[in-house]
Amino acid sequence: MPTGVVAGDAERQQTPLWRLLLRRPTFVVGAAILLFWIVCATFGTAIAPHDPLAQQLLATNQAPSSAHLFGTDQLGRDVLSRVIVGSQSIFIIAPLATAVGTVLGTTLGLILGYLGGVVDLLASRVVEAVLALPAIMIMFLFVVALGVSTTTQILIIGFIFTPLIARTVRSAVQVESQLDYVPGARLVGDRSLRIMFVEILPNVLPTVVVEFTVRLGYAIFAVASLAFLGFGPQLSTPNWGTDINANYVLLGAGYWWESLFPALAIASVIIAINLVADAIEQVFAG
Amino acid sequence: MAIYLLRRLGLAVITLFLLSVIIFFAGQVLPGDPARAILGPLSAESAVRALDHQLGVDRPLLTQYTSWITGMLRGSMGESYQYQSPVEPLLVAALVKSAKLGAFALVVIIPLGILGGVIAALSAGRQVDRIITLTGSSAAALPEFATGIVAAIIFSVGLKLLPFPPQIQPGESFLSQLHALILPAIPLVLVLFGYIARMARAGTIEALESDYVRTATLKGLKRVVVIYRHVLRNSLLPTITVIATQTGYLIGGLVVVERLFNYQGIGNLIFHAANAKDFPMLEAGVLTIGVVYMVATVGADVLTTVLNPRQRTEAAR
Repeated sequence: MPTGVVAGDAERQQTPLWRLLLRRPTFVVGAAILLFWIVCATFGTAIAPHDPLAQQLLATNQAPSSAHLFGTDQLGRDVLSRVIVGSQSIFIIAPLATAVGTVLGTTLGLILGYLGGVVDLLASRVVEAVLALPAIMIMFLFVVALGVSTTTQILIIGFIFTPLIARTVRSAVQVESQLDYVPGARLVGDRSLRIMFVEILPNVLPTVVVEFTVRLGYAIFAVASLAFLGFGPQLSTPNWGTDINANYVLLGAGYWWESLFPALAIASVIIAINLVADAIEQVFAG
Repeated sequence: MAIYLLRRLGLAVITLFLLSVIIFFAGQVLPGDPARAILGPLSAESAVRALDHQLGVDRPLLTQYTSWITGMLRGSMGESYQYQSPVEPLLVAALVKSAKLGAFALVVIIPLGILGGVIAALSAGRQVDRIITLTGSSAAALPEFATGIVAAIIFSVGLKLLPFPPQIQPGESFLSQLHALILPAIPLVLVLFGYIARMARAGTIEALESDYVRTATLKGLKRVVVIYRHVLRNSLLPTITVIATQTGYLIGGLVVVERLFNYQGIGNLIFHAANAKDFPMLEAGVLTIGVVYMVATVGADVLTTVLNPRQRTEAAR
């Protein structure tokens, strides 16, 4: 039986993972915030007090009031309604992109960590060359080149995460490969593929899960930043990053509410993911 | 040590070479004909082809790469399509501006991050530690434009202390330049605080658990003396490495901050070059960031080797 990172005391073996997580206040708070935004993303137009697309050209740049709790933007659209609906693209692109990166990265990490040798050396050089550029800059360049459709964003972010995740998984696999069960499996005559995916993978799974949650936060960061740089959905579609991009110039005129509320919304989602990731890491660490 | 440093340098050169290949060929994938982009959609096909020939973009890719990279090595980066002028002066000016902003952010963040990390380590496991660690990692995860917006609203719209967007006129005094840099530096400081504090915390905890610190405590030294003389000196080593690595990140990660504050550094330069399909400018800018990053990482490794006698002997082997 493989024993690895997950080995713990009897109590930990019996308590299911979700119970351990629910005991952590950081997880509960983070998950609640995420749930709130997921509900908003799903039922947004039903919850929103106004139509997020409706322009009122006689009531532009209105400060927050009882009629418009978060004020109106330069086209007179209700900022609160746009914030409620504006999370959709983030919650579609970020998880899918992270999933793509995790699957590819874990596979690559398993291969590199287990096989080692020349393949590992060569691949590590290429990975390092790509990592010599800040991720957001690579994403930006690819989005400029390939366009901003949802699919391309998912693939670009996923591919850029691949070497990052592979690097972490690779070192976890290297540690595992030195434990007795790996040479044992080899002696029994297991094929490499089986050893990698059936024997080693379950033992590095905690690393993979933590890596996924941490990267998910960064994916949201990336999607929002790209939208801010002008590579989001079309301008009329409510989107936090795009809305900030369209309105932050008006800060100079004192219209703070048009960019503050979307900025706080993004911040709350990322902090929530971070709280959840932190809790998961703590639970795995025991 | 010399052998180790040479090997480290050799690896850096190989990595840079790979990076240059990736950047060059990625640039070729970008859709759009350079001459068409310069001349506009209405110009004659023959004119477009003539300009393509003049720019040399109709040559085989390998020839183009060789002439591009030898030009780079000689310090001539070609001519910007956008501005119809050599790339170097524009790039250097932008890099200087970005370096100013980055340096200012580092001067603020290094003492702050180290202090935060050491305080967290000294109260490891307690509430203060959790608060510093979680605040740090959350702040590091927040997009710079979100923290930048909030900072601008607080300090510029609300308190009216700092100008938005910050503007630096040529020939302005050092102090008023600093004043304009405060606002753009805030999001950078927030991003880096978490990293530096985390490293300082880890290093301090490791030092606190070491035998020499126990010995120092047992022989009756005051806690302050133990921390200053024994803990800090050992704990700061990994922190120095992180700072050097982050310097590279800082220069490159400036795109968003420079956009937000309309600051004409290298991030903004690359942003405009990419949107205008100005390949010479774009490729030179991105490669420059790669070089800066590489210099910073190699610098970090060298510094660690020089400062840590253990690694020095290991490296000599």
